[in-house]
Amino acid sequence: MPLTDLGSPPQPSFDLWGDLQQLLQFHFMQNALEAGTIVAVVAGLIGYFMVLRGQSFAGHTLSQVGFPGAAGAALLGVTPALGLLVFCVATALGIATLSDAHSQERRAESAAIGSILAFLLATGFLFATLYSGFIDGVYAFLFGTFVGITDSQVAMLLLVALVAVSVLAVIGRPLLFASVDPDVAAARGVPVRLLAVTFLVLLGLAVAEAAQITGTLLVFALLVAPAATAQQLTARPGLGLALTVAIALLVTWLGLSVAYFTIYPIGFFVTTFAFTAYLIARAVRWGTGIAGRHGAALA
Amino acid sequence: MSAARPRLPRRCTTARALGSPLAAAVGDAAEVAGAEPAPSPDHAALRLRVAGIRLGARWIWQDVDLTVEQGEFVAVLGPNGAGKSTLLRAILGLLPLTTGTLEVLGRSATRGNRAIGYLPQRRSFDADLRIRGLDLVRLGLDGARWGIPLPALGGRAGASRRRVDEVIEVVGATAYAGRPVGELSGGEQQRLLIAQALVARPSLLLLDEPLDSLDLSNQQSISSLVQDICRGQGVAVLLVAHDVNPIIAYLDRVIYVANGRSAIGAPEDVISSATLSSLYGSAIEVLRTRDGRLVVVGQPDTTSFHATH
Repeated sequence: MPLTDLGSPPQPSFDLWGDLQQLLQFHFMQNALEAGTIVAVVAGLIGYFMVLRGQSFAGHTLSQVGFPGAAGAALLGVTPALGLLVFCVATALGIATLSDAHSQERRAESAAIGSILAFLLATGFLFATLYSGFIDGVYAFLFGTFVGITDSQVAMLLLVALVAVSVLAVIGRPLLFASVDPDVAAARGVPVRLLAVTFLVLLGLAVAEAAQITGTLLVFALLVAPAATAQQLTARPGLGLALTVAIALLVTWLGLSVAYFTIYPIGFFVTTFAFTAYLIARAVRWGTGIAGRHGAALA
Repeated sequence: MSAARPRLPRRCTTARALGSPLAAAVGDAAEVAGAEPAPSPDHAALRLRVAGIRLGARWIWQDVDLTVEQGEFVAVLGPNGAGKSTLLRAILGLLPLTTGTLEVLGRSATRGNRAIGYLPQRRSFDADLRIRGLDLVRLGLDGARWGIPLPALGGRAGASRRRVDEVIEVVGATAYAGRPVGELSGGEQQRLLIAQALVARPSLLLLDEPLDSLDLSNQQSISSLVQDICRGQGVAVLLVAHDVNPIIAYLDRVIYVANGRSAIGAPEDVISSATLSSLYGSAIEVLRTRDGRLVVVGQPDTTSFHATH
């Protein structure tokens, strides 16, 4: 199928201010930017802890589960966002229950997660098959979209984000303690197990949010890459969190803007920018490492 | 190989009266949340009376009576699986006693007791863990506190930062505390973890195998550091060890746990053929090598006291 059949996108003028004004005059682009901003903040904050805790696989599973959630909701005639939310949170609780761990038993956790993942993906394909005329929808769920985000969707994103960020603000410091040093944290009275369950639920919320922009397959662009990039650049928790959110916002805004002027899916651009940021951070750290060793050798 | 360290004359602990009944009510003054626990000088750092723990059908140990005075440096020795770590878990309030009583500074054991600093058995930090040693120490001070730290309340934040710097200085880790822990050596990590256990000004420090997997010179320097902390800060230390030899010069007393029972006393009294034979209920021989090392022969788990050269 020739690409021209998809209709020609608006052309950028390379006058950045003009382009921005053109982009923002549409209500759907305002909604997309608002949604993207909310999602980037939540995914960044929660992604930082996910990377620090080494729970990327749990995050991966939750993101895949978004697909049957959204497909199931479409089949039932409910808004896909609700399906995403319910499935992600339910799966988070499922993972927490199945991997009943006295901490440090990531192996049991990954086996439980793998089983859940396979079953739910299969369910998703069943839903997609049952729902005829679903092909376009499937594509949007998997790879993301930024057109047609309604005002009520933005409001729901904001509500969920406020809940997630508030909870994180309260548990943040004990969660950091429990993440890097569970034994001592437990001895100091931190409810390590409860925090692990709470965090999985927060992760489910973050995934459900991010999937609405990047699509379920590319949630990682916002959940992992900004946090991994920030942690390459700094080992300070506060600065790391701030940097993670900044990178997530930057790649989202860039991705949205570029997607507006092209015919290609937004998920691709967000992912590409996020991955590029990560590569640059690796290169910077590698470079400073070389310089540091060289300097030490000379000293 | 470290230079031969002259054997220090062991300090004689004066307060060694076992089981003197103290009025339990004295220490029951209401404690303000978040305030520094004020140890009453009348109370022992740790007191167990006819204490026992049974897990399932098995008694880990039984009828344990022991008292550790404030500022004492005591080693907990015994073969693998004798229940040394179980003892620490009971003191931390993570495991209830089946029989008897356990008091920390005159109060019964509770979870999250700020009067106790704890260093669990060898934790290895992932080389990729991107968090500074400084942050790890800081978590020991306020990591259990809920809510976000507000920069507006600068007084407390400044005091916390000063305390963290101070304790890092005490353990001699200032030079590398700003680097990610994953990049540090075992000895450097261990110093920072001791700082973490110490930062909240505990009265009792529980160290579970802190010398494990350290080389000989690091074993020496960590042992000497622990003694300095014990003397300088008046903190009672309970140190679980595999091998008594690297620490024997610094100790006040030892607790030996074996065969479900325990003995406490001066190192040369406890690690003797007579005491260990009666503890194990079989013939045990303690030999002293020419360089002063103790070697225990004939115990079921012979590995634990092999001289490590």
